[in-house]
Amino acid sequence: MSADTKQNLITQNTITIDGQEIPFQAGQTIMDAALAAGVYIPHLCHRQGLTPHGSCKLCVVDIASRSASSHNSNRRLQAKFAVDADSRSASACTMPAVAGQQISNNTPALNEVRKTITQMLFIEGNHICPSCEKCGDCTLQAMAYHLGMLDGHFPQFFQHREVDASHPTIMLDRDRCILCELCVRASREVDGKNVFAIAGRGINAHLVVNSASGKLVDSDLETSDMAAHICPVGAILIKEHGYEVPIGQRTFDLHQVSEIGLEKIILTKARQPDE
Amino acid sequence: MKNVSDADSNTAGTAGLIHSIIAKAYAESPHLLHVLYALQQQCLHISEEAVREVAAHLDLPSSQVDAVVEFYSFFHKIPRGRYDILFSNCTSCGYMAGGVDLMAMLGQQLNIVADNTRGDGLVSMGQTSCIGMCDHGAALLVNGMPIISLDVAMIARIAALVEAETPLKDWPSGWFQVDDNIRVSGLLLKDDLSAGVGLRAMLALGTEDTLSEIIQSGLRGRGGAGFSTGMKWQLCREVQGSAHYVVCNADEGEPGTFKDRVLLHSYADSLFEGMTVCAFAVGAKQGYLYLRGEYRYLLPHLQSVLVRRRELGLLGVDILGQPGFSFDIDIVVGAGAYICGEESALIESLEGKRGIPRVRPPFPVTHGYLGQPTVVNNVETFIAAAHIVLRGSVWFRAVGTEKSAGSKILSISGDCAAPGIYEYPFGVTIRQVLDDCGAKDAQAVQVGGPSGMLIGSAEFDRRLGFDDLSTGGSLMVFSQARDLLVVIVNFAHFFAHESCGFCTPCRVGTTLLKNGLDKIASGHGTRYDLDEMQRLATLVKCRSHCGLGQTAANPILDGLQRFPQVFEQRLVHRDFEPHFDLDAALGEARQISHRDDAAAHIE
Ligand SMILES: Cc1cc2nc3c(=O)[nH]c(=O)nc-3n(C[C@H](O)[C@H](O)[C@H](O)COP(=O)(O)O)c2cc1C
Ligand code: SF4
Ligand code: SF4
Ligand code: FES
Repeated sequence: MSADTKQNLITQNTITIDGQEIPFQAGQTIMDAALAAGVYIPHLCHRQGLTPHGSCKLCVVDIASRSASSHNSNRRLQAKFAVDADSRSASACTMPAVAGQQISNNTPALNEVRKTITQMLFIEGNHICPSCEKCGDCTLQAMAYHLGMLDGHFPQFFQHREVDASHPTIMLDRDRCILCELCVRASREVDGKNVFAIAGRGINAHLVVNSASGKLVDSDLETSDMAAHICPVGAILIKEHGYEVPIGQRTFDLHQVSEIGLEKIILTKARQPDE
Repeated sequence: MKNVSDADSNTAGTAGLIHSIIAKAYAESPHLLHVLYALQQQCLHISEEAVREVAAHLDLPSSQVDAVVEFYSFFHKIPRGRYDILFSNCTSCGYMAGGVDLMAMLGQQLNIVADNTRGDGLVSMGQTSCIGMCDHGAALLVNGMPIISLDVAMIARIAALVEAETPLKDWPSGWFQVDDNIRVSGLLLKDDLSAGVGLRAMLALGTEDTLSEIIQSGLRGRGGAGFSTGMKWQLCREVQGSAHYVVCNADEGEPGTFKDRVLLHSYADSLFEGMTVCAFAVGAKQGYLYLRGEYRYLLPHLQSVLVRRRELGLLGVDILGQPGFSFDIDIVVGAGAYICGEESALIESLEGKRGIPRVRPPFPVTHGYLGQPTVVNNVETFIAAAHIVLRGSVWFRAVGTEKSAGSKILSISGDCAAPGIYEYPFGVTIRQVLDDCGAKDAQAVQVGGPSGMLIGSAEFDRRLGFDDLSTGGSLMVFSQARDLLVVIVNFAHFFAHESCGFCTPCRVGTTLLKNGLDKIASGHGTRYDLDEMQRLATLVKCRSHCGLGQTAANPILDGLQRFPQVFEQRLVHRDFEPHFDLDAALGEARQISHRDDAAAHIE
């Protein structure tokens, strides 16, 4: 192949994920392009329509380095693809799609990394799944199932985290917060408010409420806000709606976390058995 | 010194006081960090009420003010003592540097536990990450002022001075005297440019030629990453924006690094000259010097240099009579956060937020301060640039190597006869450096600080440079007598403490690494724990969001590779040892019940 034709191939707006060619539009991230094409890349802090965040790192992928993808024959490229040293890690939810990117996503090695990161999220907080209203609807829990996680693996941190039950209709249990900032962004970008923020540093990072008392009751959060519903775990819950859908018929009893477009189902909380 | 927290009983009085402190500080500098500093300084803490007042006065969400207060180490929600003493915990200038635990000693004499304020509010004590005094032995900050070369006798005197409530200005002035300790001078350290010579040379060259001199000089960033300075300036210049900014990174938080402290102290004119050259090249009107909180004591000096330069027409409107060339520099002082040395976190901090590294791309050259094109360079980089416009790129290239032009200023500390500042042409061997600083029996050298590389004596013929041993300037020497595991444990604690907490691998991973190393160091680790360290360290390195997480595991990985014996000799030879230590778990109960007899322990 001449250098020119090769160049043409590469400049077409496609990326390759696990060998599958996927189109993208200018401005899309790898995650955008993948989801649009029905390819699942695990994610917890990402939600279409909100500014990408890049913090949970569930969406880590490996991108083959330029040198490997631009001047090697296809066969060598395939061989090189398996070699870690020739690729670099990126967060799919924030990394812009660039024509010709060779991306590995659903590989045993990457899913092992993701499993470890999920375990980290479990042991840093206090997740007592059987007693949590979110059980079965929780994306973190579903992710653990998806990745074949059987235990927390690491010793628990047992951190002290505050519960805020001050609001008449909304409950904030920081024990379960994974610091994904979905509620922070939803409040700012969709609800046009600014109810939440993260304070503190390192392992002491925690969710704070933007009100004079620091309590939810004094904030302008309302039940109809997206921020009140977007939490992927059971940290923000609507009060007085416990266990309306029985265990066994909840979102992730009926769906895999890897199904595309689940967000709507989770958000509307319309959890019908026939979904 | 005034203890205004006494006034807490008088609510109206406190409110008025808080309000007036905020108003005064805000009038002097509207920067959130500066307003919070004034409150911390005068009220000894930043109360919930103060947070609300600041938010109202600066028109910020109270959650943002709250978040900032809790992010930076030098802000506190619980009152500190009127004497607030922070020991460095660096391996070179920390409280253990002389082999004795000076912090425990002071604690005993003042009857105070670390991380606490004494009941009478007189004194609080704690530890803080490296304060950049590594060539002066053990050091501490008292109310922000560094005291160096600590020893046992001084600790007793400090305790007495505190108990007598002697004002700091009456403490022995020699204690606060921080000398430069310049041992070897090269290209840049020979002289501080006399004010304006670089700028005149620059004006004679014009914008295009100034930029091309910098590009041709081959100058690469001295802050660690080594990006071409000329390229950075050119990229920034080419970006359209409502304003361009020049930012000097004087955060110097890497343990074992103190060369920027010396440059700020004795070469400030060269630095400001370099920033002005950059402004000329990229078309900036405003510059910022981001000074780490630990170096606040240099602020009056730096400000006086700025004032003098304005008087000389070297800053301000129509600099040196050049119509339309206007530029000025403000100093913003940090408040104790290593991550704020990362350029995008630094910019966040400049904007009055927590120092969380941004998603990149976009990079600061296109979307920096306030979203505008911004150059961020290290102190030493700007100084080199000022010399280059004056003396030419050929002069600069004549020194160093092909890939690494010019010189590198090193901060050398640890086990050597003459710690201090050494300037070498790039390409110098570690062996040469060790000979010069009188390091006789080095077993290992930490090049580039904890985030850099730990090498053993087999590698002492390697050379400093971007293509071999890259360094932001720190070089810590460890003699045969050192227990390297203690060093590696120290570094692991450093990173866990400094992780910003944004991304999962670093936030949780650095703490897991710290805990795992503690387990091994305390003699409870097994082969399994060692393998776990390796796996976890690799994950943290490869999957973290920014340079902090990506380098935090380096000491562990280097240690496992080069000095496996320091880990292995601590292992218990069992397959498994639980993480949960029953005896340690009873520690709190023992403390509460004031018991420490055999029956209060479980073996
Ligand atoms: C955790 C972390 C800390 C850093 N600290 C500093 C620092 O204290 N000083 C500095 O100049 N660069 C520091 N850097 C590098 C900066 O991000 C940036 O690359 C540098 O300021 C660019 O200037 P230069 O090109 O002149 O080196 C740090 C980077 C990271 C990831
Ligand atoms: S409360 Fe929920 S949505 Fe908000 S940061 Fe925590 S886990 Fe994310
Ligand atoms: S790597 Fe560490 S310091 Fe960097 S963003 Fe992640 S948590 Fe923050
Ligand atoms: S989904 Fe990309 S980092 Fe969280």
